[in-house]
Amino acid sequence: MYSEKVMDHFQNPRNVGTLPDANGVGEVGNIRCGDVMKLYIKVNENQVIEDIKFQTFGCGAAIATSSMITEIVKGMPISEAEKVSNRQVAEELDGLPPVKMHCSNLAADALKAAIEDYRQGQKA
Amino acid sequence: MRSIYLDHAATTPMRQEAYEAMIPYLTEKFGNPSSIHAFGRAARKDVDGARERVAKALNAAPQEIFFTSGGTEADNMAILGTAAQLRDKGKHIITSAVEHHAVLHTCEALATQGYRLTMLPVDKYGMVSPSQLAKAITDETILVSIMHANNEVGTIQPIRELAAIAHERGALFHTDAVQSLGNIPVDVADLQVDLLSASAHKLYGPKGVGLLYVRKGTKLGNIAYGGAQERNLRPGTENVAGIMGFARALELAAAEQPETYEHLAALRDKLIKGLTSLPAVSLNGHPQQRLPGNVNVSIERVEGESLILSLDMAGIAVSSGSACTSGSLEPSHVLMAMGLSHQKAHGSLRFTLGKSTSAADIDYVLEVIPGIIQRLRQMSPVQAGQE
Repeated sequence: MYSEKVMDHFQNPRNVGTLPDANGVGEVGNIRCGDVMKLYIKVNENQVIEDIKFQTFGCGAAIATSSMITEIVKGMPISEAEKVSNRQVAEELDGLPPVKMHCSNLAADALKAAIEDYRQGQKA
Repeated sequence: MRSIYLDHAATTPMRQEAYEAMIPYLTEKFGNPSSIHAFGRAARKDVDGARERVAKALNAAPQEIFFTSGGTEADNMAILGTAAQLRDKGKHIITSAVEHHAVLHTCEALATQGYRLTMLPVDKYGMVSPSQLAKAITDETILVSIMHANNEVGTIQPIRELAAIAHERGALFHTDAVQSLGNIPVDVADLQVDLLSASAHKLYGPKGVGLLYVRKGTKLGNIAYGGAQERNLRPGTENVAGIMGFARALELAAAEQPETYEHLAALRDKLIKGLTSLPAVSLNGHPQQRLPGNVNVSIERVEGESLILSLDMAGIAVSSGSACTSGSLEPSHVLMAMGLSHQKAHGSLRFTLGKSTSAADIDYVLEVIPGIIQRLRQMSPVQAGQE
């Protein structure tokens, strides 16, 4: 049911873990639905995502989309990164089963939340 | 790589004897049992012989056995057929919150058609209480349908007691015995049920065939029309090859049931002991009143589908009650009815053992699973105990 790319990211997820020096953290989903994603970003003075890590509780699609977004946006300016959509993440993984498009495809939302958290931190 | 099938509650591989019993009926013995000529008569004779053997395995009479396309159709016939037949007597039906969807969704369909439905709750082990049934039943109750053993957590219900309560109030009693047959004793006289559903492919027979036991004197309304087969109750040309395979599989399963129980229960207990000794892993279902081949655990901080995929990569086939595997956004209705937290329901894993399962298979599962759990937990932002 999953593409080879999804299975690769599930089996060998990129950028798993936490960032002690993160300056933006975003969490989406909830335990009731069975998916929780947490993204940690470190944005440098040039407004570029210098480092990114994730932690995810969820199905294969949830873990693969989390892993994929870290690959897509690492090294990207936040102004560009925030335009990445959940759909694009799914496309980069050669698609997801239809039932997973809504419940487990939240990685871009987690990134937006992390960028928002970073911006709030800059204002303070 | 090893390949270990631990999903026998989903389906079982067909045994050689059942396969061989079917072959002639797929080829040269092709007659329609309803035909008058020699081809038809030969098929009729063998279907009747199969019915006798199936009846004997259940301690029933041959005329009480109605072959169906499987457990789901048998459940539909029992519930919808009773509702149609007894609609003038009453419109109240009682079932439990942990039934298979074949029963639950059928009862829910009736609830939209003017019938009143009571869904009995279960305790934390998934057990229905006879006193709850006694409180819920009324003179309007026409049917009580409670499964013999649960497909997800393996809990065995006190059918004899429950049936006695139904009968005291003049209601019929149906049980779905799809999971129990072949694993624990199933004797319709001992269980005192009026209706019982079973399926061939759960006991090493073919898919696409099952039966409904209907106690003599119990009348059911039709749910389908178009032929006089199965004493006018289940129209359509008989699945002759399937029936022959079913009969062979069932007579063997019934004869072997005591040794099957011993074999499975020993391995089940070994697996339960190994799994529950791991940190934050707990058993779901009843510790004693449990199918011999069923192990259901919740693994905190990880999600079921991820566990299935990881175990699959290690060659181990299991299932889960997580939302991702239920095809809906909600985790298993059985685990939720037992009062599990969402986290525990999403992190549930079901291992169902079978005839071919060996101690070495269990050792292998216990060898690989700690690493899988550790890997997924390291990835998880969720705290243990989070609801």
